[in-house]
Amino acid sequence: MTRINLYAIYSLWLREMVRFFRLKSRVVGSLAPPFFFLAFLGLGFKSAVTPGIPEGLDYIDFLAPGIIGMTLLFSSTFAGLSVLWDREFGFLREIMVAPVSRLSIVIGRTAGGVTTAMMQGLIILVPGIIMGLNINGISGFLLSLLFMVLIGTTFNSIGLAFASKMKDMSGFSLVMNFMVFPIFLLSGALFPVENLPDWLRPLSYLDPLTYGVDGLRGSLVGISYFPLAFDLLILTLTCFIALVIGAYLFEKSDID
Amino acid sequence: MDLAAISTSGLIMKFNGFTAVDGVDLQIGRGELFGLLGPNGAGKSTIIKMLTTMIRPTSGGAQVWGHDIYLERDAVRSSIGVVFQDPSVDSQLSGKENLDFHGRMYGMNKNMRQRRIAEVLDLVDLTDKADILMEDYSGGMQRRLEIARGLMHHPHVLFLDEPTLGLDAQTRRHIWDYILKMNREEGVTVILTTHYMEEADYLCERVAIIDQGSIVALDTPENLKDLIGADIITLNVDDDCVDELGEVISEFIWVSSVDTVENAVIISVDHGESRIPDIVLRACRAGMKIKSVSMHEPTLEDVFLRFTGKKIREFESEGAGKMAAVQSRMRTRRH
Repeated sequence: MTRINLYAIYSLWLREMVRFFRLKSRVVGSLAPPFFFLAFLGLGFKSAVTPGIPEGLDYIDFLAPGIIGMTLLFSSTFAGLSVLWDREFGFLREIMVAPVSRLSIVIGRTAGGVTTAMMQGLIILVPGIIMGLNINGISGFLLSLLFMVLIGTTFNSIGLAFASKMKDMSGFSLVMNFMVFPIFLLSGALFPVENLPDWLRPLSYLDPLTYGVDGLRGSLVGISYFPLAFDLLILTLTCFIALVIGAYLFEKSDID
Repeated sequence: MDLAAISTSGLIMKFNGFTAVDGVDLQIGRGELFGLLGPNGAGKSTIIKMLTTMIRPTSGGAQVWGHDIYLERDAVRSSIGVVFQDPSVDSQLSGKENLDFHGRMYGMNKNMRQRRIAEVLDLVDLTDKADILMEDYSGGMQRRLEIARGLMHHPHVLFLDEPTLGLDAQTRRHIWDYILKMNREEGVTVILTTHYMEEADYLCERVAIIDQGSIVALDTPENLKDLIGADIITLNVDDDCVDELGEVISEFIWVSSVDTVENAVIISVDHGESRIPDIVLRACRAGMKIKSVSMHEPTLEDVFLRFTGKKIREFESEGAGKMAAVQSRMRTRRH
């Protein structure tokens, strides 16, 4: 039996798609926070001078890529953690007794989770454009898709790693509140990282989303703090490490 | 050559020092409908989990359809279908989508899936419910769909872990008929676990009675019941004279065995109805007061009692009260 079973991967991906388009209320619910952040912060700080934002850059241009990063962070972490639901409702057993390698299961789930996260990120791009976001050409847009894949895969894998270590759903809100929120707030999605005090800034530099948001900003509006190649390198490395850890912990987790 | 569907030797499973399965040796033939009967916590589900590669045994070996459960896990998984004790469907998908997902996971192409989905849905009478979301299925319909799904990829061996747990008597009957039908029509080997005596008796060609992780008896239901004798007479008396009465009764040469539990003496005899007067008379002479007398043909419950000294129902906890009620309703119906 081959280690990678494409048909099974497709099956798992398709399941995520069907669920995504079926659970419209959940999608709307998960899109509401980033939309409100974008709308209210975008409007509220429109005419304010935010220190640290480069000259000539509107706050919406600064904010929108950050909010897309936030959307990807939340939805892909959630997708990774959704193994908990499958375990709770028994569906995980159906997946685990199938003659399919654990690696194929991880790839299929991740592909599904990342696709749905990207769709949500792209949906949030629309109100951004309406509010005045200027996208820096088609090549910049395509590059931003690559950053979205990397952000989605990284946090999907981290979610999967946590879910593999948790026995039940009680840890879910802990992960969301004590990991995901700090990652979001430290990433420079809402304000430049350099505005943070010296003692806090190193944490920002340890946050993978910092490079994701910076990369999205660089590719979408053409202004970034780090060189784009550097963002890409760091994020690719983190993504790879997270994927390996997530797959390893999932493989080792109890089915039952 | 006639290979076994399942063969195990010295299968042991320990959880933190607690031995859930204690040296199980089983030989189950191809095409057989085999039952593991025992109370909750006897180790039935643990045996199933080991044979379906969900957990690795502490020690011992097993082959499923000729494949080693340690070395050929994927080959084992391809040979089996499993219907778990707890629900294991995606409630956001329709019945058909759940089956479709399953077929793809087992590498079935589109034509095969379409044909097979129609077949298995027809087998469990869910054809007209195919496009309804699982969350709108009743418990019985969901179980039927899971049975259909277990059969979908033409497994050689189908494991059913407590297939009718928590279902009402009528639905249970239907599920039994489906299980018999698929064993006969599809020729699939079926291994089911249950703690309902009627279920094992009605369905299984052979039954292994399991208690505390070990097989205490294994034979056809008929042979097992023959061990007990022709009739079972139960005398309900006061606690304090149970043992004494048991001794008195066992003096009759025509009594094949006497068991005592709590406040009852259980006697197995041939021609029970003609022995009741003698028994009652003897008890009265010995000065013991009998509260009630009842007689029934042996059931697997009596077999279990004989081999373990316990009643299966004694294991039912408070939480399972509802199930016990269903069970006793069924009992009244059958007799």
